[in-house]
Amino acid sequence: MSKGSKLRSDVASRAVRAVNGLSRLTGRGSGTVVGGRVGMKIAPDLVASLAKDRTIILVSGTNGKTTTTSMVAAGWGGVVTSNQTGANMPAGHVAALVESRSANVALEVDEAWLPDTLRTTHPRVVVLLNLSRDQLDRANEVRQMAERWRSMLTSSPDPELVVVANANDPLVVYAAEVANHPLWCDVPTTWLADAVSCPKCTLAISHVGTSWHCSCGFAKPLAVTTTLGDDLVVDGESIDLELAMPGDFNRSNAAMALTALHALGVELRGAVTRINALQSVVGRFSVRRWNGHTLQLLLAKNPSGFASMLATLPNNEANVWVAINARVADGRDPSWLYDVPFEMLRGHTVYCLGDRRLDLAARLDYAEVAYVVVDDEESIPKFKETVSLLANYTAFSDWLARSDA
Amino acid sequence: MITICVLFPDLLGTYGDGGNGLVVAERARRRGIDVTLVEAGISDQVPSAELYLMGGGEDGPQRLAADLLRTSVFKDRVSDGAHVVAVCAGLQILGETFCVEGNDQFEGLGIVPVVTKRGERRAVGELCVRVGPNVLVGFENHGGQTSIEGVPPFGTVTKGRGNDGRVDGYRTKNIWATYAHGPVLAMNPWLADEVLSSVVGTALEPLGTAADLLYLERCRVLAS
Repeated sequence: MSKGSKLRSDVASRAVRAVNGLSRLTGRGSGTVVGGRVGMKIAPDLVASLAKDRTIILVSGTNGKTTTTSMVAAGWGGVVTSNQTGANMPAGHVAALVESRSANVALEVDEAWLPDTLRTTHPRVVVLLNLSRDQLDRANEVRQMAERWRSMLTSSPDPELVVVANANDPLVVYAAEVANHPLWCDVPTTWLADAVSCPKCTLAISHVGTSWHCSCGFAKPLAVTTTLGDDLVVDGESIDLELAMPGDFNRSNAAMALTALHALGVELRGAVTRINALQSVVGRFSVRRWNGHTLQLLLAKNPSGFASMLATLPNNEANVWVAINARVADGRDPSWLYDVPFEMLRGHTVYCLGDRRLDLAARLDYAEVAYVVVDDEESIPKFKETVSLLANYTAFSDWLARSDA
Repeated sequence: MITICVLFPDLLGTYGDGGNGLVVAERARRRGIDVTLVEAGISDQVPSAELYLMGGGEDGPQRLAADLLRTSVFKDRVSDGAHVVAVCAGLQILGETFCVEGNDQFEGLGIVPVVTKRGERRAVGELCVRVGPNVLVGFENHGGQTSIEGVPPFGTVTKGRGNDGRVDGYRTKNIWATYAHGPVLAMNPWLADEVLSSVVGTALEPLGTAADLLYLERCRVLAS
């Protein structure tokens, strides 16, 4: 780095801290993105200069980014730089990298920004969780994303880059099979509707038991990490995974986080103890109080996430609220509601909240699920038991902000 | 007994369009009309049906769907009068040619004299179409520029792009084609009933559903 550009990135880093501090102080934002934007105006290569000489793990995929990144950071131990608020584009990365100068860095990365972030940060490990339909108004088509990841790894300048990838998601395998050092993870993956047709030749993929293959030869690769029932094995070592957080999807996330840490030589037993202890991540699964109600906040942003989350609800769960928005960060097209198996909620009365509560109500009506459209939340009768509140991205943020711990 | 067939939800189901089948079937059942809803997947034989529903899909799957339909009963059933609601990729497949994977031209089923080329940019956003006395609302997300000659459009675009910025889709005696997702029959109950009424060959009693409230709200939001 030249003297001029070093000076420029120092000035830019100070500007990031100042602007973010101001943003938090004035209560205008959570103070992560705005400062990062200012910094990158001053020094366009700020991410690269802040990432230099640090050990970086990147995490991307449609679902589980924030949780898995938290698991990586917790499992690593000590001080780890991380974008904990979920600001997962370059401005958020800049803010995180300025905020803490720790040598170990775990960053979650928006799927579309991954090729760019890989180029600028030179990570040691990248974790590819899964790919399914989400925010199609922005990402257009999920197969295109797999294609972009694949060409990113084909042209990767780092021959030592380790790619931790989900062996049960054909789109992820298609992207990662070109990597020099793939570490395949055989983890529970329920949503396969976007990979019924082979990403290589478009013919039908056959799923037999826990394996899959296509007649063109494209098939599930041999995994180094496997989760079968309660057993987790990473690289031959058996590990006791007893997560405080619910759901098979969190077991998948933890298995992949541990595989990434193991690749960097982090001792697995200590790492898993720290990951097991995580209670909630940025409000996900947290129990909150609002207006006399007790709410458990569950984030579900797309068909795959919703399907997993609905499966975690107890069968006799009577109190389900669902909040749906279609703002820019959610994707402006809520037609994905018809890909969510809401039929699973038959027998419940679902309270419909959020900007697009009528879209939700129409969907539930056709699914023969009883519903109440809530125009005024204050009018909801008091529930004695805990309410499961499923919300998509901005609706979740709203409910986290308005409720108390 | 009326058979409603959702064609290849695993190939042409990217944007929630599978919901169209659920909507027509449910609106029929609530009126006491006997219907069977079937999904023909990638490995299934296409069944004989009174109504076929086709949705949007990605390039490779769209090409495969066209090939699978070419060798099925579908074309014969449509020329015998079976009804079709075709959305986005479905709309393109019924035409003469369409473009996938860059600008490679691919042969459609040639059921309607329609040609789709790659548009200069992708159309992503709310779509509003005037169809006679009705308004159609939905969301489009496609890269196609469709020319229709010798077949009337489904309606006139008032917001969004549709085929070319002026008109959306096309309409024949037994085919409704549009670029609108939503799913379009969930968003527009009047259209779901128009299709169902044509399939059963009788007028239908009005039906109050949550979708009616949704439709009024979308019309209000999109008009402002």
